[in-house]
Amino acid sequence: MPKFTLRINKKTHRINIDADTPLLWVLRDELGYTGTKYGCGRGLCGACTIHIDGEATRSCMTAVDNVDGAEITTIEGLSTDNSHPIQKSWISEEVPQCGYCQPGQIMTAAALLDRNADPDDEDIDSAMKMNLCRCGTYDRIRKAIHLAAKEQK
Amino acid sequence: MSQDFSRRDFLKVSSTVGVGLVISVALPYKERLVAAGIVENSFEPNVWIKISPDNKVVITLAKSEMGQHIRTSIPMIVAEELNADWSQVNVVQADTHPDKYGSQSTGGSGSIRRSYMRLRKAGATAREMLVSAAALKWEVPASECKAYMSEVIHSKSKRSLKFGDLISLAGKLDAPIDPILKDEKDFTLIGKSLPGLDTVSRVNGSAKFGQDIRLPNMLYATVLKCQTFGGSLKSFNAKKANKINGVKYVFEVEGGIAVVATNTWLAIKGQRALDVEWDHGDFHSWDSKKIKNMMETKSQDKAVIAKEVGNTKNLKNNISIESNYEVPFTSHATMETMNCVAHVNKNSAELWVPTQSPQRIQSSIAEKLNFDIEKVKVNVTLMGGGFGRRLWSDFIPDAVEISKKIKKPVKLLWTREDDMKHDFYRPASLHKLKGSLSDKNELISWEHHIVSPSISGQRSPERFKNGQLDRSAVNGANNLPYDVPNILVDYVMSNTEVPVGWWRSVYNSQNAFANEVFIDELAYKAGVDALEFRMTMLNNSPRHKAVLRLAAEKAGWGKPLAKGQGMGLAVHESFGSWSAQVATVTVSKTGELSVDKIVASIDCGIVINPDGVKAQMEGSIVYGLTSTLKGEITIEKGAVAQSNFHDFELLRIDEMPKVEIHIVPSIEPPSGAGEPGLPPVAPAVANAIFNANGKRVRKLPIKSKDLKV
Repeated sequence: MPKFTLRINKKTHRINIDADTPLLWVLRDELGYTGTKYGCGRGLCGACTIHIDGEATRSCMTAVDNVDGAEITTIEGLSTDNSHPIQKSWISEEVPQCGYCQPGQIMTAAALLDRNADPDDEDIDSAMKMNLCRCGTYDRIRKAIHLAAKEQK
Repeated sequence: MSQDFSRRDFLKVSSTVGVGLVISVALPYKERLVAAGIVENSFEPNVWIKISPDNKVVITLAKSEMGQHIRTSIPMIVAEELNADWSQVNVVQADTHPDKYGSQSTGGSGSIRRSYMRLRKAGATAREMLVSAAALKWEVPASECKAYMSEVIHSKSKRSLKFGDLISLAGKLDAPIDPILKDEKDFTLIGKSLPGLDTVSRVNGSAKFGQDIRLPNMLYATVLKCQTFGGSLKSFNAKKANKINGVKYVFEVEGGIAVVATNTWLAIKGQRALDVEWDHGDFHSWDSKKIKNMMETKSQDKAVIAKEVGNTKNLKNNISIESNYEVPFTSHATMETMNCVAHVNKNSAELWVPTQSPQRIQSSIAEKLNFDIEKVKVNVTLMGGGFGRRLWSDFIPDAVEISKKIKKPVKLLWTREDDMKHDFYRPASLHKLKGSLSDKNELISWEHHIVSPSISGQRSPERFKNGQLDRSAVNGANNLPYDVPNILVDYVMSNTEVPVGWWRSVYNSQNAFANEVFIDELAYKAGVDALEFRMTMLNNSPRHKAVLRLAAEKAGWGKPLAKGQGMGLAVHESFGSWSAQVATVTVSKTGELSVDKIVASIDCGIVINPDGVKAQMEGSIVYGLTSTLKGEITIEKGAVAQSNFHDFELLRIDEMPKVEIHIVPSIEPPSGAGEPGLPPVAPAVANAIFNANGKRVRKLPIKSKDLKV
């Protein structure tokens, strides 16, 4: 079985696993980063979104052999104290209902804010529209992203 | 002090040094409670208050959290009466027990409305005991003491004691039979938009859902089931699956073929590698068209009358209109798919399940394993959405069977495809409505003929073998609020092999669609404004009127709209609450629809947490919009045609209208909040489309091609 060196939340993990294993299952089942969620397994819902070298990426569609050596950030590594502007605005706007899709929403929103410090509604919609939420928190997600942008200034 | 036995049984009070004051409302003694006049007539959720010496208050929650923030609102009710310092309040999930807490099922928008008074009494009981304890200590009358922020205060002597310092004495006192509840105007927690107790864990990945449970030596499983409803396994070949390194076992279970592996990915790969021959059974020849035809044919059958007022036949001097409405099957599609962690040992079993119905799991698994019920421990985890789906425990026996066989803990996970194809779907329905207007344009007759599969009828056919009415199936149809002198509502059952279940707001979603679009058609026919037409017929329903007035006023009903825009409204009562909604839409000439705004009102009595109610309304609107605009489940070859989010689409953020929620101030008892916001969505949007371009929508989901002018 091939050996991989993964950099996750600034820690190094060495793991023997099939090269085609989606990163999602490496994170969840092998390494215990269960904040990253399974929703569809086909890149359709965004629940598994993480950052790979700062880019919002679907971990269910990313085979582990593609990320050997890359900087991976999961929801657990976004901040150590819930202090990321997106986490703060998510708390302040009471965004989560069930919360299952929220790690993916937050990771997508955080990547958006990194490349666009002041997104308008259209920017938000276009960045976030591939992240599904069945509880219906979309309106609050929009508000929270605006708030995070404002607070960051 | 009295040693009244029934009272002692009601409140089992114990105090042990280091453990603290534990007041449990022990509800197995229903008859005694009823006899003591403490509860009316039902055993319902109840509460455990635990105050520890460090002044911490822990409130046990015997309901399931699925996003409705019940883990915050129920503690708020208890803490209110207890006069606890909210910052010192914590919540823990109850263990699953046959009767310790009453019903632990979560559904029907019922957690608060069915337990509000009992929770308040539990809080007030604890408060009075703490006050009595302080009064005894200080040797002053209890009436001079009061509880405030987790302390008891004697203002005359400027003394105070923390709850934590009073617990050992309080625990020796008898519980008051009839504690005095607070005046609602003195509420300090109820009515406040307090932050969710769990919110932080939901933004940093630490919230543990069913799928996040990990046990030492745990293996991972999938179960492949026959996609055709009513089909069964003929044979299978596991050669390819077994060749996958890490696939540990492949074997048949009751629900299909289990693949057990060292991680989820391998269990999925193993599932995909199976060669299977199914016996598809008779339903294989069925599809959506055949079901529709069957329902049409059935609509001619003799119906069971649900409501009959006056006589809808032989009316004179009237203008009649008839319309038919169609609503499809749809799926719950919770973001977290069905899953269960099971660990079966020789004499006991432990399960971790995101479930709305833990007691049913406990009793059925105890029976399956032939264990005493206390040997089956069911841990209720957080849920990635429920919406009624998790009242069903169809996936549990397989997890238990697998763990028993492999003698290890196992996590059974349904893939999205498994989940989409094996739901208990919102029943498809057909509605035939007929209404008559007098020559003065008054609505004098209303007929609503419903054809749909019955959830109860599928579960327990014997209950309906003599043509009994499934009352649930006519919910929202047999309680038409409008003053109409002649009404007939009836129902024909049209069951198939497609499993049907309780889907957010249950039959209210279909029946309200038919009702509220038809009333709009009648208003149009009568040449009367849709709001006015409704208002003049709601003289016996002031709460309908109030929500309508509020939503219409806030939305600016009747104001001029842009070209291509339209406004529509709908009102509906369900789960004891009232909601009206005004939708504003834009329809292009080519039929492209945009839902621009929804202004909604809700009257759900006393509101515990206004922001929580708003969130539930927002959620109901999005859930309702998904089923209005997309999210159709169709049947092909006896199976569900959809498999994942590419062909079962959910509403996305770029389709999200502006939403405004307005809560009617009320001092009535609290009522449901999780579902009542859903039924008005579809008819409000449909009516807005008619207002925009004259296209009358009578079928869901609304398709752009049908909206072209």
